[in-house]
Amino acid sequence: MQIEKQIAHRNKKNKIFKGVIIAGTVISTLPLLLILFYIFRQGITAINWQFFTNLPKPVGETGGGVSNAIVGSILILLVSCVIAIPVGIIIGIYLSEVAKSRLAYYCRLAVDVLQGIPSIVIGIIIYEWIVRPMGGFSAFSGSVALALMMLPSIIKSTEETLKLLPESLKEASLALGVPYYKTILKIIVPSGLSGIMTGVILSIARVIGETAPLLFTAFGNPFMSTDIFRPMSSLPLIIFNYATSPYSDWHQLAWGASMLLILMILILNIITKIVQRKWKVQF
Amino acid sequence: MNEIAFQAKQINLKEKVFKKTLTLSAITVVVILLAIFFTLLINSMPSIKALGGKFFYDKTWDPVADEYGALPFLVGTLLTSFLALIISTPFSIAVAIFLGEYYKKGVVAEIFKNVIDLLAGIPSVIYGFWGLFVLVPIVRTIELKLNLPPYGVGIFTSSVILAIMILPFSVSLSRQVISMVPSHLKEAAYSLGATRFEVITKIIIPYTKSGLFAGLLLALGRALGETMAVTMLIGNTHQIPTGIFSPGNTMASVIANEFSEATGKIYTSSLIEMGLFLFVVVTIINILGKQVIKRFTL
Repeated sequence: MQIEKQIAHRNKKNKIFKGVIIAGTVISTLPLLLILFYIFRQGITAINWQFFTNLPKPVGETGGGVSNAIVGSILILLVSCVIAIPVGIIIGIYLSEVAKSRLAYYCRLAVDVLQGIPSIVIGIIIYEWIVRPMGGFSAFSGSVALALMMLPSIIKSTEETLKLLPESLKEASLALGVPYYKTILKIIVPSGLSGIMTGVILSIARVIGETAPLLFTAFGNPFMSTDIFRPMSSLPLIIFNYATSPYSDWHQLAWGASMLLILMILILNIITKIVQRKWKVQF
Repeated sequence: MNEIAFQAKQINLKEKVFKKTLTLSAITVVVILLAIFFTLLINSMPSIKALGGKFFYDKTWDPVADEYGALPFLVGTLLTSFLALIISTPFSIAVAIFLGEYYKKGVVAEIFKNVIDLLAGIPSVIYGFWGLFVLVPIVRTIELKLNLPPYGVGIFTSSVILAIMILPFSVSLSRQVISMVPSHLKEAAYSLGATRFEVITKIIIPYTKSGLFAGLLLALGRALGETMAVTMLIGNTHQIPTGIFSPGNTMASVIANEFSEATGKIYTSSLIEMGLFLFVVVTIINILGKQVIKRFTL
């Protein structure tokens, strides 16, 4: 009798615990749903044709848009991709090829540390390295800041993908007399392309909404600008500036910009899932 | 004959260039990191020299009077980060157990995994914006009920947002270590008649506690350096916060607010010194966390 009671008690505890875990998990996902719901509800009314084609208008005038921020975001990201992707892939190749040297150890450590640096500190660094010597804020400096933040995840995904490839692939190529550099560039890298691409797209999704490193680099610009050596606007900057302003017209634009940004991030994430599934690295 | 020799020579040259490029690029990363550290150090020298240790225990920050004490921001940073950690830890452990033990595979697991991943993908500035319009009014009503001045913004609001933001980081690691617990340990416990609850509390958690701790460390590292959401929600006052509902400021948000307008050598340099401090603390926390994980996986 005593034992049965005890067992019933323990079973009850077991069930309650499972309930608590499930409740905790469901509560943890609530913020995401609430955020998405709220942003889409507010943003959907802000998005129309003018939103994409017009420049921001002064408070009180209707029909303002964020075309300059959209163009700015895309340009800044393009330049940072041009900087970060080749460098990141090359370093990733080094780490997977020369896995055990002392330099590889320090390089890996440096990549880990780089990944953890607060984004605002990256902003300070680029300000000191590029903005101050060049004598002013520029989109280019913003691109470099974002490139610096993209590097670690590109390096890591490249390294991890290439490590999964079988040795025999490389050996077969070398046995045919193909030079080492051609083996790497024409056999190894294309074989791991899907993994590398996933890393690149994820890194873009990660920095597309970064604001802190752009505050004192790209700085923002109320006008349309395509000159990467001048200040340029971008979606996250416009969200920050308008969200903290007291005008509801501007809040509306910021909601629209937030929705656009989240849609872009969602789409990038979906693309990576598709890439992963379609071109899975397998041997 | 000559042709082939020439080709071979060229290939050799390309080979050398390729290998040199690889090595050089690896060196570049290390150099970049060192350069970041020294840039911060050199640029914060004027303030280190002028203020010394006073920087960290002086509680007045008044650029007009040329007084730079970072204590309010230090307190604000620590308070928001640790409060966020306290709020998010029960949930992150629940999610980690859910995904690492109860629902390892299947549709449910996939859905929750993706939701948590997306949580990490939402930009900081959007968290701040949402917090400003949704969380702040809620906190304001709570404050009115508690008979506190209804700021809405402040340490508590920032901590709640931070807690949401750092959750995915501790979950991803804790989930991994929990799913790595050897099954023979769990099976042995089950065969002795343990319930799942007992297996989790007596086997899984003790076995993974260093891994769970590392997850918390990495989340703390995130929280310390988080800028935009906190800047928008903390109230940006220069006083030492008197309670968890009072407005304050963190190091990262002071830098964000004042760096581009800072005039004067000491002013700028003291902001950079805060950046240096953040960099060093976050780096130490990250390396410690990675070390713990490495020991766990070996």
